[in-house]
This record gives sequence, C-alpha cells and structure tokens, in this order.
Amino acid sequence: MATVQARPTENLNTVIVGHVDHGKSTLLGRLYADTGSLPDGKLEKVQAICRQQGKEFEYAFLFDAFLEEQEQGITIDTARTFFTWKGRQYIIIDAPGHKEFLKNMISGAARAEAALLLIDALEGVKEQSKKHGYLLSLLGVKQVAVVVNKMDLVGYRQDVFDGIEKEYRDFLGQLKVVPERVIPVSAKLGDNIASRSTHMAWYQGQTVLETLEAFRKETARGEQPLRFPVQDVYKFDARRIIAGRLTAGRLKVGDRLVFSPSNKSANVKSVEAFNVEPSPTEATAGQSVGITLDEQIFIERGEIASRQESIPLVSTSFRVNLFWLGRRPLERGRKYQLRLATHEVDCEVATINRIVDTADLDQRQGGNVVERNQVAELTLRTKSPIAFDPYHAFESTGRFVLVDEYDIAGGGIITELVHDEQEFLRDEARRRDFAWVKGEVGAEQRAQHYGHRAAVVLLTGAPQTGKSFLARKLESVLVAEGRHAYLLEGENLRRGLDADLAGSDLAGTDEMARRYGEVARLLIDTGLIVVSTTKAFGSAYAQAAQAIRTLVHPAPVITVHMSKVAEEPPSDTDLQFAGPKDFDEAARRIIEELKKRGVLAQAIGGKPTFQYSI
Amino acid sequence: MKHLRQLEDQSVYIFREAYKHFDNLAMLWSMGKDSTVLLWLARKAFFGHVPFPLLHVDTSYKIPAMIEYRDRLAREWRLNLVVGQNKEALAAGMNHTMGRVTCCTALKTNGLKQLIEQKGYTGIILGVRADEEGTRAKERYFSPRDKHGDWDFRDQPPELWDQFKTAFPPGTHIRIHPLLDWTEINIWEYIKYENIPFIDLYLDRGDGTRYRSLGCAPCTTPIKSTAKTVDAIIEELRHTTVAERSGRAQDEGRGMELLRKDGYM
Repeated sequence: MATVQARPTENLNTVIVGHVDHGKSTLLGRLYADTGSLPDGKLEKVQAICRQQGKEFEYAFLFDAFLEEQEQGITIDTARTFFTWKGRQYIIIDAPGHKEFLKNMISGAARAEAALLLIDALEGVKEQSKKHGYLLSLLGVKQVAVVVNKMDLVGYRQDVFDGIEKEYRDFLGQLKVVPERVIPVSAKLGDNIASRSTHMAWYQGQTVLETLEAFRKETARGEQPLRFPVQDVYKFDARRIIAGRLTAGRLKVGDRLVFSPSNKSANVKSVEAFNVEPSPTEATAGQSVGITLDEQIFIERGEIASRQESIPLVSTSFRVNLFWLGRRPLERGRKYQLRLATHEVDCEVATINRIVDTADLDQRQGGNVVERNQVAELTLRTKSPIAFDPYHAFESTGRFVLVDEYDIAGGGIITELVHDEQEFLRDEARRRDFAWVKGEVGAEQRAQHYGHRAAVVLLTGAPQTGKSFLARKLESVLVAEGRHAYLLEGENLRRGLDADLAGSDLAGTDEMARRYGEVARLLIDTGLIVVSTTKAFGSAYAQAAQAIRTLVHPAPVITVHMSKVAEEPPSDTDLQFAGPKDFDEAARRIIEELKKRGVLAQAIGGKPTFQYSI
Repeated sequence: MKHLRQLEDQSVYIFREAYKHFDNLAMLWSMGKDSTVLLWLARKAFFGHVPFPLLHVDTSYKIPAMIEYRDRLAREWRLNLVVGQNKEALAAGMNHTMGRVTCCTALKTNGLKQLIEQKGYTGIILGVRADEEGTRAKERYFSPRDKHGDWDFRDQPPELWDQFKTAFPPGTHIRIHPLLDWTEINIWEYIKYENIPFIDLYLDRGDGTRYRSLGCAPCTTPIKSTAKTVDAIIEELRHTTVAERSGRAQDEGRGMELLRKDGYM
C-alpha cells in the first residue's frame, strides 16, 4: 500500500515507554502497518521468518531487529524509526521496558518531545509504569499520553479502564504531570490505534494516531534570556571563532556578552557560517553557531555566555535530583566527572539527602550509596566553581550527567543552589571584574610579549615544610629560563598593607586573605607568573588558599601541597610533595605542570588544538 | 527547510564534540550520498575546514567513476585523504563469489580494522543512518568498539542531553554517527538545498535505471527509475515503499546483524 505524503515541514521525537510486555513494540508495528508506512515486503518477510521458526507472527517483530530480541520477545535497545503523517515526520523511539535496560529507556526518552506510556489493562499499573512516569518528568518530557493496551483481554470493559486511569492520574498528579489523554486500545487487534474501535463505544476521545497529531512541537527557547555555552575555540585561519550551540535566547552582532564563571566580557563582532549568503548577523536557541568577538579575551570551553542583566548562577555546590545507572553504586566521597552543557569538572557527593522510592513517592529512605536504577536527592560539590541554572528556569543549563571512570553513569537536574563559603568573595570578584578599567594593552598582547600566560603557583601546607624555600627556588629557575616570575612574600604584606590588622583574630585572617588575593589579582593583570606561599596564614592555609583562588579566578592557579609525612591534601591540590624533598626536582615538576596547563608556550605540541593558548 | 537546519545543528554539535574529545580522529568517506553529506557537514562545523583525515577503505571493486569523483573533491576541497586496502586478502583472491558476508568482512570490516590499528585512530566518524536498516536504528551517536573492533549491542552506554561517551579504555575506539537522525529523503533535500556535488550514478542517465545505494560493483544493482534530477529523486522516494538497501546483496537474511556485530560500518 503506497501512500502519498505531504512534504514534512517538521520532526517530532516521540518515545514509547512502559513496563516490559505491555506491548510497546506491538503498538509501533500496528501503527506502521495501519498507516501504510512499512516498506514493501517487510511484513511478508517477517511473517515468513515466523513461519520458518514455527511461531506466531507478532507486530512487535517488525522492529525488534536483533536475533535475540526476536527470540526473547523483548526489546533490548532503543530503536529509532521514522514515519511521515500529514506533513510531519515522526521519529518514534521504542524504548525497552525491562528493568535491566533502564539506561536504554533513558537514552531513548531523553531526546523525546512527547511520550506514549503504555499500561497493560490486564496487569494494571506496575513498577516500571511508575518508574517510567517518574523519569519522564525528571527528563523534562512534558507531553505524555497514557495508552491502556490489551483492552481485548479484559472484554473492553470501561470499569477496568476507569480504574487504571484514576490510579495512574493520581500518581502522575504527585509529579505535577497532567497526561494529555488516556486512551483505551488493543494494539494487537488495532482498536483505537489508527482507526476508531467498534468495541468501545463508551470511549469518545482521540485514537493514538490523532494523539500523535495533537502533540505540539516544542517551541524554541528563543524568548528566554540568552544562554550560549562555549563548546570550543577555533583558530583554523585568521578568525578566532567561539563555537557553540545556543541553548536559550538569541544573540546578534554588537551584543555585549558576559562569560560565566570567568566574568569576562566582549561584544559580538560577527556571526560566522560556511556556505551561507549573505552572512548571518544573529542566532537563536537551538542553533550551532560560531561568533567572533571585538576583543581578544581568553575564554574556554565550559563557560556560559549571557547578558549582564541575566547571568547564570555560579557556585561549587548545589542540590540535585539524580538517577543512577552505573555498574557500581554511587558513593559519598568518591570522585566523579560532572558534565553540564559543555563544562566538565571533577565533583563529589557531599550528602545523600534521600533515596526516592518511585513506586511510593512519600516513602523516604536513607543511605550512603545510591544503587543502580535508583533515584536520589543529593548535594554535589565541584572542585572549581561552575555556571549553571536551576532546571525549572533553564532546561539545558540546569541538567547534568556524572561520568564514573569511562562511562556516563547517572544524570540529573539541579533543583537549587547551595551557598558555599566563597560566595561573598565571588560576588566581590564579579563586581570588580565587570567594572574593571582596562588599559590599551590586553592580556593576549602581554602573553605574546612575555611568551607565557599569567598564573599563580601557590605553595600550601603546615609550617616548616619547605614552602618558602621551594618558592624562592622556583622563582629563580623561572626567571633563569626567561620567564617573568615574581615571589609574592606574605611577610611583606603583613607589615605593610595589613599593618592595620595586627592582633589577627579569625576575621583578621579572612581580611588578610582577601587583600592577599586582590594583590595577586593585580599582579596577574600585569602578566606575571606569581609564585607565593600560604606561610602568612599558619595552619589556616587551606581556607586562605581557597579565598585566593576565588579572587584570582579565572587565572590558572597551581596549588602545591607540602608536608613532612604523607597526608591527605585539600581537595583542590594539583601537586603534592611529602617527606624529604629534592627541591630541584620539585621545581621541575611544577614547571611541567605549568606547561601541561598551557601557561608556558611549549605546552602546545602534537595535535594543533587551534585553541588560543600561548 | 527548518527541519534540515535542525538536523544540521545537531550534526554540527556532534562533530564539534568529537573534535574536542578525540586526539586521533578520522572520518570514513565512501563517496556515497551519505558520507558526502557528512563531509559537507564537517565543513559546516569547522567553517570550511576539515581538520582530520578522510579514510577510504578501497575494496578494489568500486565503480571507477567513484574513484574519479573522490580524487577530484579531495583536490578541490584540500582534503587529507587516506586510502586503506586489505592487500593480503585481495592477493589471496578474495571476491564476492566466496560469500558476500565473508567478502564484506575481509575487504571492508578488516580493511577498516587494519587502518585503525596502523594509524591508532581512537575516534571514527561514519555516515550511518538509523532508517537504513534495523541494527543501525539501535545505534548511539557515540558508540564504543572493543579491542577487536566488535560492537556489544547488548550493553550500550547511556546517551542523554547531548552528553556523549568520549572516555574509553586504551586499545578500544569510538564510532561517531552524526547522521543518525537523518532519513534518505533528508539527505537528498539537503544535497539540493546546499547544492552539494554528488556522483551522477544516483541519476537515470538514459537507460531507465539509477543507483539508490552505492557499494561494490558486483554487489550493488541499480533500481528501475527515470529520476534525472534531485527533485525527481525526492519525489520518487516520497512514493516508494521499497527499502533503500534492497539493491545491496549483503543485507539479505541476517547479514547486517552479523556483519555489524563484528565491526562493519
């Protein structure tokens, strides 16, 4: 049966989810067969294979492509199929319902704009029906239609349908999800799939096909404030192009952009594109673009560009709702990589607030680990500050995944910012950077002139561990190599800039650290490699180091921890030297680290990165 | 053409993620319509540049016009073309009469594996599409292959919110599929929209037939068609219910599942 279809003008990603065996693949097979969307001979081919294997033909076999899927009668992995109906191309994602394949269901549902959730009329609402409903709301799929399947097995009885509808609507209600509609069907027999059932006169609503037609295309997020996460910086030719995809809002040539968390800013000079005439002058949410800026500022992948009046939040700590798919459980204290939009940063779980029971949402469970396929509320802490939004305000910059070793092992949404102890200093730094008055010479020009970028090397650790000795050595070696380095000695500040703080109670230490950080910030602006120690702060060194980091951000800071015996260093330590030391070797390793971090020009080797990093 | 722009935005995003995360990246180019659109999208992503080598696994049975077309574009677009060939298998006389799956495995799968091993590529970009056939419908955008180049479809990594699998143990590699969401019609619509040069074997050149899918000469048969323009192809596809790869002999039976498990494209 050949069907003439209007030219498709849009795509709609739709996912089919539900408990195992509730008939997802059958529904899909039926939908294709009844709308004439199968390739010629496909139905006959699958029927022939069934005859050959001596089993009854099922519509589900049309889409279960792997031998094992056909033999076990379950969908193992998400499949994408396409069909066009009334001017719209549907990309239908058939997600497996088996508990073991939850990660595949999530992979399928995460890219959907609408969902059909199947429930077996005979079996009623099952564990996975609820879990899938919960995950759809967590994944941000807002349009959900519930399909009550296998109505033929319950004699097409309205009371059975009404019972399931009520139970499931109540459950979704707790998640603040309102289903578009609830449809009684028999996928096997074709009732209410593409055509109206003659067996259920009591149902006056839409068929599955009509429901698909009624799903709305997600409207672009162009009306929101701008969010433009930086994906990469290219220098293939004379242009230095900031590449990325707008996740919200729009931008145009001439706009002033602020980058978070670095607080740098510049104006959009051009919007770059290949084979587009005339050249574009603006871009909107959803588009992958490239822009150039009117000023050579150093920005990196992971920063989020916005307008100054609506910048994202910045912190090292936030509360999240997370689902875990990892091979090993999620544990407090273990290190994971967090990826939010294009930002990748180390993080750890600070607290597990509760494990959510997806079958009974009121139930609370404690615990120190989150097992595979569980959902939990956590507080995360990142190694360095990141820019983000609460999920309810911005979808793409309010959600993240966690990587455990090589694998994406979990994902979640940010529910709120947690105030960290650096917030006050971070606000100070932001206000100061936004208002910073620049001279004619920019940071890039200085870097080219000096042959290296500015950076801070900060030696931390308890008193009498050789910090000052190593700092002096490092300064000498760097200068002997032709670098522009300067030893910032705390003792010199204490008797001068900090003379009014004599008596040094704890508040005095905080203020000393703040002044120290601001002096380092000034020296950074001169293009120097600042070598310093936390000697002046005695045993309060970890706290002081954090304050200094916050204030010189986003300049690279290399924190070197020194100790007499092996000990656990503060979490943001880059290098550690314990026990008796070979100071020449230690200085050499710090210089290696400077190269690795791209501060010294020699770090650019092997593959050309096309990054601006001199 | 809004839907083409959306597909393009997603493909470009995938390209840029691949380029950012893989130090030793390469892209397969078979000169067919899909991998040529792929090549065009790379130029979109990198503003006219193609910052990684293009691999052609030459079975020696390709249609000669395809090789001419390959060399011309490589010159004009300044491409870094790397041609690989399983010379051992060819010297031993491998051809399709020894069995289609055997021949495809030797000349294409193993030819590719040899190239990956020699050059140490850790990321390979390919133009497979989900609507081509069943096993490709199950692919991820970033799909890991083990030390033997095999695909474990039973245990694929999760992929969500444009976060892809970019970390992998030494010795393994990742296949990257920027065209996964495109359909055959989308490919032709885009070729027309962007005016991308393509090989004229896809058109009827007067004998009432054209190729719908291009592979090795002995295993690819043309279809009956009078489509002489891209518009005519799009019109024809809108009405056809014949599978795209029906002219590709290795797809018969369960050939593709077996081939792809072992690392076929």
